[in-house]
Amino acid sequence: MSNVSKKQHWWNNAQHRSLFFQLILVGLVVGFFWFIGSNTMANLEKRGISTGFGFLSMKSGFGILQSLIPYSESSTFGRTFVVGLLNTLLISVLGIFFATIIGFTMGVARLSSNWLVSRLAAVYIETFRNIPLLLQMFFWYFAVLRALPGPRQSWSAGDVAFLNIRGLYLPRPIFGDGFLMVVIAFLAGVLLTELLRRWAKRRQDQTGQQFTLLPVASGLLVGLPLLVFFLLGSPLTWDIPALKGFNFRGGMTIIPELTALLTAISIYTGTFIAEAVRSGILAVNPGQTEAASALGLHRSKVLKLVVIPQALRVIIPQLTSQYLNLVKNSSLATAIGYPDLVAVFAGTTLNQTGQAIEIIAMTMGVYLFISLTISGFMNWYNKKMMMVER
Amino acid sequence: MKKLTLPIVATAAALVFAAAFTQASTKEEVTKRGVFNCGVSTGLPGFSIADEKGVWAGIDVDVCKAIAAATLGDASKIKYIPLNAKERFTALQSGEIDALVRGTTWTLTRDTSLGLNFTGVNYYDGQGFLVSKKLGVKSALELDGAAVCIQSGTTTELNLADYFKENNMSYKAVVFDTHDATAKAFDNGRCDVLTSDQSQLYGLRTHLSKPEDAVVLPEVISKEPLGPVVRQGDDAWFNIVKWSLNAMIQAEELGITQANVDEMKASSKSPAVRRLLGLEGIAGKGLGLNDDWAYQIIKQVGNYGEVFERNVGTGSPLKIERGLNALWNKGGIMYTPPLR
Amino acid sequence: MTVLLTTPSPSLPPPSNSVGIVGWLRKNLFSSLLNSILTCVGLYIVYRIVPPALNWALFQADWVGTSKEACTSDGACWVFVGVRIKQFLFGFYPSSEYWRVVTSFSLVGVLVAWLLIESTPKKGIVAAFTIFCYPIIAYFLFYGGAFGLPVVETYKWGGLMLTLILATIGMFCALPIGIVLALGRRSSMPIAKSFSVIFIEFWRGVPLITVLFMSSVMLPIFMPEDLQIDKLLRALIGIIFFQSAYMAEVVRGGLQAIPKGQYEAAEALGLSYWKSMVFVILPQALKLVIPGIVNTFIALFKDTTLVLIIGLFDLLAVVQAAFADPKWLGFSVEGYVFVASVYWVSCFSMSRYSQHLEKKLHTGHAR
Repeated sequence: MSNVSKKQHWWNNAQHRSLFFQLILVGLVVGFFWFIGSNTMANLEKRGISTGFGFLSMKSGFGILQSLIPYSESSTFGRTFVVGLLNTLLISVLGIFFATIIGFTMGVARLSSNWLVSRLAAVYIETFRNIPLLLQMFFWYFAVLRALPGPRQSWSAGDVAFLNIRGLYLPRPIFGDGFLMVVIAFLAGVLLTELLRRWAKRRQDQTGQQFTLLPVASGLLVGLPLLVFFLLGSPLTWDIPALKGFNFRGGMTIIPELTALLTAISIYTGTFIAEAVRSGILAVNPGQTEAASALGLHRSKVLKLVVIPQALRVIIPQLTSQYLNLVKNSSLATAIGYPDLVAVFAGTTLNQTGQAIEIIAMTMGVYLFISLTISGFMNWYNKKMMMVER
Repeated sequence: MKKLTLPIVATAAALVFAAAFTQASTKEEVTKRGVFNCGVSTGLPGFSIADEKGVWAGIDVDVCKAIAAATLGDASKIKYIPLNAKERFTALQSGEIDALVRGTTWTLTRDTSLGLNFTGVNYYDGQGFLVSKKLGVKSALELDGAAVCIQSGTTTELNLADYFKENNMSYKAVVFDTHDATAKAFDNGRCDVLTSDQSQLYGLRTHLSKPEDAVVLPEVISKEPLGPVVRQGDDAWFNIVKWSLNAMIQAEELGITQANVDEMKASSKSPAVRRLLGLEGIAGKGLGLNDDWAYQIIKQVGNYGEVFERNVGTGSPLKIERGLNALWNKGGIMYTPPLR
Repeated sequence: MTVLLTTPSPSLPPPSNSVGIVGWLRKNLFSSLLNSILTCVGLYIVYRIVPPALNWALFQADWVGTSKEACTSDGACWVFVGVRIKQFLFGFYPSSEYWRVVTSFSLVGVLVAWLLIESTPKKGIVAAFTIFCYPIIAYFLFYGGAFGLPVVETYKWGGLMLTLILATIGMFCALPIGIVLALGRRSSMPIAKSFSVIFIEFWRGVPLITVLFMSSVMLPIFMPEDLQIDKLLRALIGIIFFQSAYMAEVVRGGLQAIPKGQYEAAEALGLSYWKSMVFVILPQALKLVIPGIVNTFIALFKDTTLVLIIGLFDLLAVVQAAFADPKWLGFSVEGYVFVASVYWVSCFSMSRYSQHLEKKLHTGHAR
């Protein structure tokens, strides 16, 4: 480009300009962070707020309602962080699971040839996605769950499981000595099934013969562990909840906060997934279906081999962003008392220690990490599913 | 993008909200501004709560009013800034408010390492338990295994853990962000017990669907002296806030009420009364206020007893006994150094 | 013997069970066993939900009155909403000044309608007025402090008014930042590009609630000691950053959809980078992404409810505060339903509008 005009000034050179502009940008960003940093230092010093991550090894002194790992009042703030993180992961995984099921069901129902089913699905989608999630959470938690009975009037199922306003109480399995063998048997079943699947595929590729995998696979996955289980003399007992004092003790508790949060978040995210599924299926050219039928494929094969793989290509990117939203939305838990990361760490711990910067940074870091991990995984999956163009 | 946001932040802040310089003394600033910025809670019956017209009332609000009456001569020249537990200290430190009167417990840490000063105590409180009568519990020691509703962001969570641990009891804490959510969860039956400062328990009880079915247990498991807070390093302002409260207590001791203050001022011969009302003695000079500063407080706000009765006492929906908050010569510990 | 028909006999009518209501039912509701079962289940669900809901909300509800005592029937007690409606709409804004809020919102309503309806003239002037003059007018109307309007402090703002202010200002400020970020992300300058990517991915990767926490708790620590930032403004700053990252991705989608030939043509005409962007690329790209922008606005509008967690009184918070009032205990469902319907009506109509736009724009670009 320099030979266009010999008199071109150096500041009109595109490269110089972009270098200059970027230097300014760097300067501004550095200046901005210096500005914030120096203010922060001055303010922290003046207000006598302590800094550093030493607080993580200090005793927390407060209780947490639900913890997946052993936790007590004498645990450290570092442990509250882990407890909160695990609770966040729990709600995220459960939420993604249920939202996906609801979303796919409703997305397909929306396209159903049955007028009523399709309308009901549309009503569901349009109702729940246009109402703020926080409001839905309050509704489930404060308005719906209050209809449950108190502990002494619990609804029970065969005196082993109980439902009341304090939660759903289920028997907790206590694993005996030999239970590890059952787990190993199950893993072996999974491995064998996978090997079998590969063999069947190879055989089909070579000979065209199909192999019905389902009966053998279910035998391996369910039958084998069961067999080992009974051979070892049932190394599993149950800890059954019982009403003692005010509340049920023993067993396993699913707290109502979890239920309300899960209900709200799955139903809310389900609407978006349903829309994604619908648009994905609609995006598959009808000619594809017709061509597949013309080849003589059975309707279920048409779906499995032609429609779904193509629809997934449209669905997955949208699904990714919905999963990300779900994880981030799970932070609203703090409003209804579910002890997630934001509630126990950015809430209670922040209040007890006053170290806002460290705690908010750690919290944001965790969410960033989760987000980047999910989007990385989904990108990888998306690439795998992408059309291979020859 | 960062280059854009900084000017946006800076100009918007400068344009909309004139930067206030904390170097000037708080008293001068309040006088110049003509308005006293008082930090209160986001809504706690009896202490500081806004009604549907946005009019604030409560025992903390009355302390705010007393400070405004003493400093500006007008108890209505106040801007109430509702704060939650998280923001309250930052707001005071950063100068957003001139004083914090928000049921804040006086502790060593807060007095020393936050750059703040407590000026006194306007309510002696302690953490207690609210339970449903149906439970048939008479003492907090019977609460083993209970589910406890609690508000986060306070010392109550720690006190609760300590108390249950000392007594070898277990509990399940259900933690919420706001008073409202806590009370509602308790009302729904999510918990057996609601724990908070006793004063707040009485307030929260009025929010239940059947207040008469809930009772406050006798145990008090902590000391919670609540009082106004100011920034460290401004002694003149510290004194004004401290003595505004003291004047209210002194007035009760001397039997001066909102109703009889004019009459007392005109006719009382008692030297103590005449000193308080600024008719003799040092009057307002030491504080740098008008001589009638205490008169204005009593005239516009009332004495401590009146304030207590009006907001939290037996005449209010909260129905709290004076207890510790009675005057020192009436069985309580409310005591003020002499005004002379 | 043979009868030769020269005219074809008239076609028989279709089988009676394939036309009319019966035909429609057969085709759409009972075409197979599975469909018949689904239809029955669906009908049962409708039967269980719709009549009781209508009874509760409409037929057995109490509409008029001034206190709790007016609610005597089994249905909803809309009296509660009626009594508190002013607070729900305006928060603690002084009632003598309501006209300012109403004027301001009506003005922006007229301006936006002007811009959205196709047949109105002088769009350029109106747009310039909306962008440059309206914010100043709105500021003085809401906050006051000039032209004899008394100051109304921001802590008195609340209810639907606050929700709308947060959402519209958040959107209005986020759009230009988002455009710059999107251009930065597609820029050939490595540093500008990486800054944009980091900024966008950072704000998109964290939940809004932590952003709000950060702006409410940490901003006072970040700023010089003597600079105070109002609570509402702090929340707004957080919302704007958050929103601009989402906006950037929407705009980027539009930029990517512009055929390469447009870029090349602009360059061939000798236009500089900024000129080609402002006059050629952005007008096309922004038009393409209007539906996307509306969708992000809907998301933001719903997300503003989160400010209640940092203690601002938006619509949901005001309603919650109202049913904590001892005089009106036990009407939380009415309150929630009221808030839900406000949000639903706004979001649903906006999403319909965006779908309509999408369809319109789609045909324009079909090849």
